[in-house]
Amino acid sequence: MSTAVSIRGVHKHFGELHALNGVSLDVPQGSFFGLLGPNGAGKSTLINIMSGLMKADAGTVSVMGHDVAGAYREARHALGVVPQELVYDPFFTVREVLRLQSGYFGHGPENQPWIDELIETLSLADKADANLHDLSGGMKRRVLIAQALVHKPDVVVLDEPTAGVDVELRQALWQFTRRLHADGRTIVLTTHYLEEAEALCEEIAILNRGQVVAQESKTALLARCPYRILRLTLAQSDYRLPESLQALVTEAEGNCLSLRLHKTDHHMGDVFKALQTAGIEVTDLRTEESGLEEVFLDLTTDQPAETARS
Amino acid sequence: MNSANLRGIYTLFAKEIWRFMKVFVQTILTPVVTALLYLLVFGQALEGNVEVYKGVTYSAFLIPGLMMMSIIQNAFANSSSSLIQSKMMGNLVFVLLSPISSLGFFIAFTAAAVVRGVLVALAVYLVAILFVDLPLEAGWAVLVFAVLGSATLGVLGLIAGVWAEKFDQLAGFQNFFILPLSFLSGVFYSIHSLPGIWQTVSQFNPFFYLIDGFRYGFFGQSDAEPMLSLGVTLVFLFGLSAVALLMLHKGYKIRE
Repeated sequence: MSTAVSIRGVHKHFGELHALNGVSLDVPQGSFFGLLGPNGAGKSTLINIMSGLMKADAGTVSVMGHDVAGAYREARHALGVVPQELVYDPFFTVREVLRLQSGYFGHGPENQPWIDELIETLSLADKADANLHDLSGGMKRRVLIAQALVHKPDVVVLDEPTAGVDVELRQALWQFTRRLHADGRTIVLTTHYLEEAEALCEEIAILNRGQVVAQESKTALLARCPYRILRLTLAQSDYRLPESLQALVTEAEGNCLSLRLHKTDHHMGDVFKALQTAGIEVTDLRTEESGLEEVFLDLTTDQPAETARS
Repeated sequence: MNSANLRGIYTLFAKEIWRFMKVFVQTILTPVVTALLYLLVFGQALEGNVEVYKGVTYSAFLIPGLMMMSIIQNAFANSSSSLIQSKMMGNLVFVLLSPISSLGFFIAFTAAAVVRGVLVALAVYLVAILFVDLPLEAGWAVLVFAVLGSATLGVLGLIAGVWAEKFDQLAGFQNFFILPLSFLSGVFYSIHSLPGIWQTVSQFNPFFYLIDGFRYGFFGQSDAEPMLSLGVTLVFLFGLSAVALLMLHKGYKIRE
């Protein structure tokens, strides 16, 4: 699969702070790519360098094969960025800013049908002639997305698109980004909501303290955490758990019990045998695979996942 | 894709004009009224008492000075206030994300400042000639100095707008640099009426050459040689343009 965004050995300093320390990663073309990391990890700095808003101290970045410094025109044509902040120009209406943004990219009246389509698709039709100053936060967010898409970029970067938006808009944005991806675009998403990345992204990179600590498929990343949770409902609430299982307990309340099992070391059969031997009857059970959050914590904190989670 | 992105540059230029036309009371009407108030007050107070050039009334002498002062202040304000607002509001990002080059950015902002400067000056002229007889001896000089003056101050406004990080710094630049230099450049007097040392000092003020060359266009006479004024103005414009283009190319304070 060819590469949509290629980042090679990027360094960026802000005074004493080494914000990006030799970052290299590849975003495959057509992928839904998650760029995760705790606050201050360097995600926004990396996106700013990718989009030409900031210059790297060293290293190269290319978008669809175009170097963002040497061939910036082509690179910017290939990239649409939805900024994290709700920025807007208070002098203009929704339709006017979309026309202007389209014009900055060299498009003229021939792009008007696409602008109209964006207005419709993002449910902005009622507000198309309203000044941006008068729109709600959610509507402003939709306008930002429309502005990023107005020149039909191959790669769309969404920097924390759902930060501070209500559930309804979040669902709508998820649906819309899925549609963009289905249309063949490469999506790069940064988010603080790990469930969002888990639900949407196929490929994930995790940044920590300016370095890439992981880049692999979501499946491979999730497989890094060798635990699963076994949630049991017991027939009685006064029970005496066998010693062999006591160390595995993560939650115990009334007749509900949760055990954390290592996928290879702890066999489900052994657990049930031990329960049966102790005379404990199980009335219901379910298992949960470990989530991205556990892997994320494991990779971005100094402590192991077990400690970080507790 | 057009590699020069001429449509992109034109769009940014048109947007800058659109922006100031949306608030034309503030950007066009107010400076015209201010200039006319100066004309009313100083013209009435000094008419008949002062004759700067032979056969030219003081009110007539004052009008080109006020026109150029309007150009200086409004061309500067156009690019500087647009930039600082865009930086503070964060919406400059939309232009920075686009494929418009540093040169294109420079051309669009400077050209929009020229349009505003010339529009305000034209409005002052059209209203003033209703009340005062004003000759027009060398139309080329009027046009050339109006355009070059607007461009020079548009570029200076661009530099100030990129440099300033808050409105306060820009206000300082405007009030402690632009305003004194424009007031002390011969708007209200001929530098020949100044004592020796101040005549010499005035000759180091580039705004003096803008006003003097512009005034030559109306009266066919001036304090300095019009070609000298043109030369100084061009050197000033090219020097400032080089600084502005270098700042934009390096991304100084906007792509750091």
